[in-house]
Amino acid sequence: MEQASEGRILVLPGDPLDPAVDAQPPYVYIDENGVKRAAVPGFVSRRGDRLVFIGLEGIYIPKPGDVVIGLVSGIGVTNWFIDINSPYTAVLNVQDFLGRPFNPATDDLSRYLDVGDYVKVKVLAFDRTRSPLVTVQGQGLGKIVEGKVVEISPARVPRVIGRKGSMLEVLTKETGCEVFAAVNGRVHVKCPNKELEAIVVLAVKTIEREAFTSGLTARIRKLIEEEMVVRGVKS
Amino acid sequence: MKVEGVKLIREDGLRHDGRRPEDLRPIRMEVGVLSNADGSALVEFGRTRVLAAVYGPREPPQKFMLLPDRAILRVRYHMAPFSTSDRKSPAPSRREIELSKVIREALEPIVLTKQFPRTAIDVFIEVLQADGGTRTTGVTAASLALADAGIPMKALVGGVAVGKVEGVLVLDIDEVEDSMGEADMPVAGAPDLGLITLLQLNGVMTEEEFQKALDMAWDAIRRIVDMEKEVLRWKYNVGGDSK
Repeated sequence: MEQASEGRILVLPGDPLDPAVDAQPPYVYIDENGVKRAAVPGFVSRRGDRLVFIGLEGIYIPKPGDVVIGLVSGIGVTNWFIDINSPYTAVLNVQDFLGRPFNPATDDLSRYLDVGDYVKVKVLAFDRTRSPLVTVQGQGLGKIVEGKVVEISPARVPRVIGRKGSMLEVLTKETGCEVFAAVNGRVHVKCPNKELEAIVVLAVKTIEREAFTSGLTARIRKLIEEEMVVRGVKS
Repeated sequence: MKVEGVKLIREDGLRHDGRRPEDLRPIRMEVGVLSNADGSALVEFGRTRVLAAVYGPREPPQKFMLLPDRAILRVRYHMAPFSTSDRKSPAPSRREIELSKVIREALEPIVLTKQFPRTAIDVFIEVLQADGGTRTTGVTAASLALADAGIPMKALVGGVAVGKVEGVLVLDIDEVEDSMGEADMPVAGAPDLGLITLLQLNGVMTEEEFQKALDMAWDAIRRIVDMEKEVLRWKYNVGGDSK
């Protein structure tokens, strides 16, 4: 273990952890002797009187209730297969999407959602023995028809949101764009114009690359301001 | 490689390349070298140079392979046609298929495969330049690439080979010592857990020699895993994530 920066300790797979560290598998595991060890690279930091583990690399595992951005990867007889940036392909049933009875003989699924479309969905059920089931029933869910979707590592999503949404606020307030960061590592950016969109995409990519450096929020604010001048959106 | 008339242990007690018997070759490690892979690493032990790439966990195209309770680990060890002095046929040889299995078994005990049932984790190990010790270098590179990909694992593993040349036990043997020596013993393991995951012995050693060779290897593996950790620390502290 080594001091990375103030109050933050970098741990690597196999490093023993303080038993008080608040983390669940897959980030940690307990060996045969009862010692808690890190399973992925991460930071252990103190928050109040708690020790928390922040994974630096991560794989998205669906959890019921998660709102994620999916990419339609295939069409079945009465369902779509949705890539949700996870090891498991999700299933979206056609009845759920249309909200009415459906006849595969007369209706063409690709008319509603085609391969390559992005769709905002909510995970209904997942238990690792079957494919996750997703739904579009809910506010703001459904096909994404405008804007851009940026893909980043799922472990970097908390940084795009920031503490109490501070980073998200910088991204939206400065540019007037709408930004939705889904837990599976896809960020939907909807902007009034292309230049602003390009700036937000650049900012999100910068956050991903420099996720664990200090003073990032201020740097992103500066980056957005500078880019807005360079691209002629603001003088 | 044909080398005739090389004295493996010189009169001053040093080896043919000037190392002492307990010396490792110069080691260089780098992580995140490939942007398309989920995790990758390049490891060099002297002139042996091995690239490892990790993909997954993901759904493989052949679903019949999947296991209901854990992820399968698929390992391909392959030597590039240009990795040896005589061209090596790119088709997988008997030796490569066997080494793929041996390396898979060296990684399986440390990867937490139960976290991802019904998926596959793919590890590709490509030997770019071979100068002895490619399987242990491959294990070391694969371990780093798995950590880089964020695949949960119990600990990092490292590997090294111990050989016997002219009756002397020598650490981290190269191609010349391997082909002209009397014994070759590759070892891989996780020092954090005190776990040996790979142990092979080709040649003849007495019981005392074996014990001493294992101690030498274990000490070296500790140093190798420390180096792996150093490289990963550097990635998160100084360098940005290359993905």
